[in-house]
Amino acid sequence: MAVNTNGTKNPLLIEVQDLKTYFFLHEGLVKAVDGVSFEIREGRSLGVIGESGCGKSVTAQSLMRIVPSPPGREVGGKILLHLRSKDSNVEEVVNVLELPPNSAKMRSIRGKKIGMIFQEPMTSFSPLHTIGSQIMEAVLIHEKNIDKKTARLMTIEMLARVGIPNPQRLVDAYPHQFSGGMRQRAMIAMALVCGPSLLIGDEPTTALDVTIEAQILELIKDLQEEFGMALMYISHDLAVVGQMVDEIMVMYMGMTMEYAKTDDIFDDPLHPYTVALWRSIPKVEGKLERLRPISGTLPSPYAVIPGCPFFSRCESRMKGVCDAALPPLIEAKPGHKVRCFLYGTSSAVSQGNDAAGNN
Amino acid sequence: MTESTKTPATTPVAKPEAVNLEDAVLVGGKVSAEERFYYASQWELIRWRFSRHKLAVFSLVVLVIIYILATFAEFFSPYTVDTRFDGFQQASPSKVHWIKPGGGFGPYVFAVKRELDPKTFRFHFKEDTSQIYPIKFFVRGERYKFWGLFYTDWHLFGIDGKQPLLLFGADKIGRDVLSRTLHGARISLSIGLVGVMISFILGVILGGISGYFGGVVDDVIQRIIDFLLAIPGLPLWMTLAAALPRDMPTLQLYFTITILLSILGWTGLARVVRGKLLQLREEDYVLAAKGAGASDWRIITRHLLPGFTSHLIVSLTFNVPGMILSETSLSFLGLGIQPPAVSWGTLLQDAQNLVAVAQQTWLMIPGLWVIGTVLLFNFVGDGLRDAADPYSR
Repeated sequence: MAVNTNGTKNPLLIEVQDLKTYFFLHEGLVKAVDGVSFEIREGRSLGVIGESGCGKSVTAQSLMRIVPSPPGREVGGKILLHLRSKDSNVEEVVNVLELPPNSAKMRSIRGKKIGMIFQEPMTSFSPLHTIGSQIMEAVLIHEKNIDKKTARLMTIEMLARVGIPNPQRLVDAYPHQFSGGMRQRAMIAMALVCGPSLLIGDEPTTALDVTIEAQILELIKDLQEEFGMALMYISHDLAVVGQMVDEIMVMYMGMTMEYAKTDDIFDDPLHPYTVALWRSIPKVEGKLERLRPISGTLPSPYAVIPGCPFFSRCESRMKGVCDAALPPLIEAKPGHKVRCFLYGTSSAVSQGNDAAGNN
Repeated sequence: MTESTKTPATTPVAKPEAVNLEDAVLVGGKVSAEERFYYASQWELIRWRFSRHKLAVFSLVVLVIIYILATFAEFFSPYTVDTRFDGFQQASPSKVHWIKPGGGFGPYVFAVKRELDPKTFRFHFKEDTSQIYPIKFFVRGERYKFWGLFYTDWHLFGIDGKQPLLLFGADKIGRDVLSRTLHGARISLSIGLVGVMISFILGVILGGISGYFGGVVDDVIQRIIDFLLAIPGLPLWMTLAAALPRDMPTLQLYFTITILLSILGWTGLARVVRGKLLQLREEDYVLAAKGAGASDWRIITRHLLPGFTSHLIVSLTFNVPGMILSETSLSFLGLGIQPPAVSWGTLLQDAQNLVAVAQQTWLMIPGLWVIGTVLLFNFVGDGLRDAADPYSR
């Protein structure tokens, strides 16, 4: 098991060990997630950062076993979910990857234990049913002893909590009558109505404009504290994530590049990719500088790269070293992991579950 | 979030008001008649657009009337299916007159006499204008068992007297073609509905499995459909019908024929369902429903199928006439419903020979009913298709 990096005593909620999710396409094999490990403790939060197509969303979908299959498949690793009921201390550890995606057990985890806010609020509601009936659906699926009337009341309460005005009336509104921000609020209500232990936000604000984005972020943070949930927040916006989470994992081409506490990443980013990400964000304070975007583009997802996947775009690359072998994920500083040869190559510090030099 | 003060870049996380004004779209309340259009449900819109399609509405009304006629065939037809009128074999249709010779108005027929033409040796039916039989409504006539429940002798119309009222003429053994057509409508019209129901169930289930799960199952089902579509329909039916025992009870035969027709009928519908599902299953709300823990069954029935119910209804409407035609052709060829059971197809068997076509044209009247029904169904389907299309104006 990885070292307890955040130092809190909260019990573990989910441990992901060497998760590999591949897509078997006609054009070739896409290693969307290639050996990612992380853990989230109860009530804590993790931010997953990366460019489009780096495997953030697929990681989240793997946790819920909703990776489109075929062509996608979780080919390796473990996702250990610690299930605790609120009344007793009995703990049940389930390896989610061993459950069939359509099994009753897996369905009882989806929505009930793990709630997810999707990227596109505009299309994530069926146009045929009212907002209320779709939120109620989640309750009725998971709580067999709750009748429709109670479920409706719960829905109205939750809509009020996420800031929908006049929820008694809007519970019967159709999705097209809601604005984008309202729909994302409703989406959050749907994710939270069953009281999940882990909330996954898959770029929940990407489709929204900046003022609404700020409101939604605030709302998610408030609700996380209020419900004591763990949060996994996926975004390509480092600055946004910094406001939200305790720890940050930077991903690139399906691999973890850097994984540390938020403050450590912000104070002392180690990986050239993280540094480059920083430089590409405009700063409001301080000296006005020209933005420096990361040069080049992501390599083809079908490409087989023997060395570091960031090699072609890296400013600190070392020819003959970085393109020869994949750097292992090492603990450069206590609780601060990075995958880069700049911080040593010793296999002594590399993690056991990190197959060094695989290609 | 704990120490955001150290964030190098400031993000515009302003303390928002509890409710964004832009978000405060109100729903419901008092709506004007004009606004009702914008809040109308899908079904209301379809109904409104359909009602503007005059031909379709007319066709629907006529179809409903025809189905009512078929349902209460015993009451609407003046005689039973098997009543034979001796001396009236191959009688031509009775002419209905309205102005009575002694003054007065109302439908009546003259008495007819059968005469042998000495040249052609054919019987002719000549009107005897000296005697009139007025057509009466709600008369007591032949006793029949209504729906097999109770005996009664009420008929909608009829005439008193020695001779029968033969509005559509009589067949070669003197049975009333009108009565037989109305009774035959039962099998012919219901086989369309029942057959389409069965192919609907088969099509939705198999097409649904095919489209939603994809992969190997999809391939297998699609190849089965290809195979079924590759078989010429008529020879297959003939083979299957020939395999049926001749002495099968009518009811059993009826259902067997229906199933035979459905076996080929479901393929088109399955393709429609599959195509729609392939398209809809990629929608984000399907993923969201999955994420909420909904089962496959629930996703299909609640989030996918309702998305194209209107399409299904339209294609069902277009399938009904096909079924009716198939039954008629099978029975016409003597492979479907067997006499003494009556369907439009078996009635048309009487009109198979050249003599009938040339001299007893009234025997083809059931054929006109088939054509009419099929046309009406197509008109209704047309109207429904236009009404169900959300982009039509």
